[in-house]
Amino acid sequence: MPMKTMREAINEALHQEMARDSSVIVLGEDVSGGAGGTSGQREAAGGVFGLTKGLLPRFGDARVIDTPISEAAIIGAANGAALAGLRPVAEIMFADFVGVCFDQILNQAAKFRYMFGPNAKAPVVIRMTMGAGMGAAAQHSQTLYPLFTAIPGIKVVTPSNAYDAKGLMISAIRDDDPVIFLEHKMLYGESCEVPDEPYTVPFGEASLVREGDDVTIVAFARMVNFARDAADKLAALGVHCDVIDPRTTSPLDEDLILESVRATGRLVVVDESPPRCSLASDVAAMVAERAFGFLKAPIRQVTAPHTPVPFATALESLYIPSREKIIQAALATMASR
Amino acid sequence: MQLSREQLLQAFRSMVKIREFEERLHIENPKGEIPGFLHLYAGQEAVAVGLCEQLTERDYIISTHRGHGHCIAKGCDVPAMMLEIYGRADGLCNGKGGSMHIADVTKGMLGANGIVGGGQPIAVGAAIACKMRGDGSVAASFTGDGAANQGTVFEAMNLAVVLQVPKVFMFEMNGYSEHTGGSYSTGAKDPIQRVRGFGIPVFEADGFDFFSVHDAVRQALEVSRNGGGPTAVYARTTRYYGHFEGDPMLYRAPDEVARLRAENDCLQNFRRRVTEAGLLTTADLDEVETQIRTLVEHSVVAAKAGRKHAPAELLTNVYASY
Repeated sequence: MPMKTMREAINEALHQEMARDSSVIVLGEDVSGGAGGTSGQREAAGGVFGLTKGLLPRFGDARVIDTPISEAAIIGAANGAALAGLRPVAEIMFADFVGVCFDQILNQAAKFRYMFGPNAKAPVVIRMTMGAGMGAAAQHSQTLYPLFTAIPGIKVVTPSNAYDAKGLMISAIRDDDPVIFLEHKMLYGESCEVPDEPYTVPFGEASLVREGDDVTIVAFARMVNFARDAADKLAALGVHCDVIDPRTTSPLDEDLILESVRATGRLVVVDESPPRCSLASDVAAMVAERAFGFLKAPIRQVTAPHTPVPFATALESLYIPSREKIIQAALATMASR
Repeated sequence: MQLSREQLLQAFRSMVKIREFEERLHIENPKGEIPGFLHLYAGQEAVAVGLCEQLTERDYIISTHRGHGHCIAKGCDVPAMMLEIYGRADGLCNGKGGSMHIADVTKGMLGANGIVGGGQPIAVGAAIACKMRGDGSVAASFTGDGAANQGTVFEAMNLAVVLQVPKVFMFEMNGYSEHTGGSYSTGAKDPIQRVRGFGIPVFEADGFDFFSVHDAVRQALEVSRNGGGPTAVYARTTRYYGHFEGDPMLYRAPDEVARLRAENDCLQNFRRRVTEAGLLTTADLDEVETQIRTLVEHSVVAAKAGRKHAPAELLTNVYASY
């Protein structure tokens, strides 16, 4: 099977869905780029991270729409196009910019079906780049999935690898609900085996990345890789971990998490977001409520601190949960009782 | 209005500081010691300096992601800025903000801003404070081709008119909205009419010419400082580098930057103007350049050797109270 980066895998999903379904459109800032430039070259960008490359030459500017820097208009227009029968894939260049257009997600897309009834559907996909690690500082580095997960009516996708990213993107485009699709910028260059043909990865089905009887580690997006590495090191120390990648935070595969914790009796949750009202606290609360009797040790949360993302490289490295912190948390659960 | 010899030297010094700072960052950035994104201001110096030379520390500005020039023009300390861009603990913002978030509130510089269109409403608020103080101070914001199409900017313009606050909207149009031409992203044939439509008087300027910008700003400040409400200055300019450092600029004609540098560089235009009029000599100007090169060189050396953070500094300054 061919190796592809997450960037290539998502790009391939967009190409294949646009070819399959003429109602799929792509819109956002510089998704092509070059319009109105002096070189005459269209597709001067193909997305600032190259995710939408090749779409404009293949599908034309009626379906691949460069927008002004107007996030509220981009998401509002995507919502309207979705209500009117299209399947828009809108891009917010950095998830942090959602602040400019949050109404269109929070009060509009998320609420249409509940407020308007079952004839209304808004099959819009909103792609966003997220995550720390590039020195991009406080307004270009946040992992905002806890914020989106808290909103009923939207689905939230957090792929950790290229294979899942392609299948989840195809599922997102075919889904009749609004989907926030969060791409961790530090994962774009990471490769794995990805089939050439289209396939779907269903929402709400977690993936078991490592299997072990001692500790359950639940991690999200880039943290899945860190948790997997930590589990491999822990295995060498004789501590064997289940590593669970929920893949979507809404819906969340509670069953696999509970099943695992009932077997291991120990839980570590790893989340790159700050701790308050995070996915870490969300999963910890769910397990504490529904599997309390199985726990052999207090639940450990490994998260970023309650601070904005710092600019300086050394501070940013401290901000991001590390493999070492995950190992220490797992060992701490083993030390109890 | 004729500027004094010292005013001319000060304006030139400020423009050269920006140019040397940015040209040096362009050289240093590929060495890998600077974290994150850099958006360079080289080419646009006449705009920031044409405005900020007429402001005092009582006046405010709000900047953009392309903010180094605005910071320098408003008087931010150059070595401290360099420390900040290198992410050092003793940087102007303790190394936690970086290139896109440089600020010095003690100098009325309320921050570069990573959100396009994030600053304009903030500047309206600063202008409310200016109006309440009643001391003739103003707040100014910078807006480029990209931000000019953000709803926040339209809301800020309307609110400034409704409240009749002393606010200067500085439009500095370098022709590009990231990787897209401004002519594509702005639908209006005459974008200046859009601003006038809000009820804001617009003073047009040639952004390649310090004196043209200075004159337009002088007229705008006369209105805004004296109770006349918000004004706008609209200047067309260019940027010599990409949207960010590393941008291959495929959207620009291959010779565009070289041609503009050769034919319409704001620093060369300034030089020609003041030497031909006999206001300053070539020797005066050369001496400024030499001084600034030394300043920038020392800033880079100090930044590379700057103090790194102690881990506990990650947790400071989240709140004022603890």
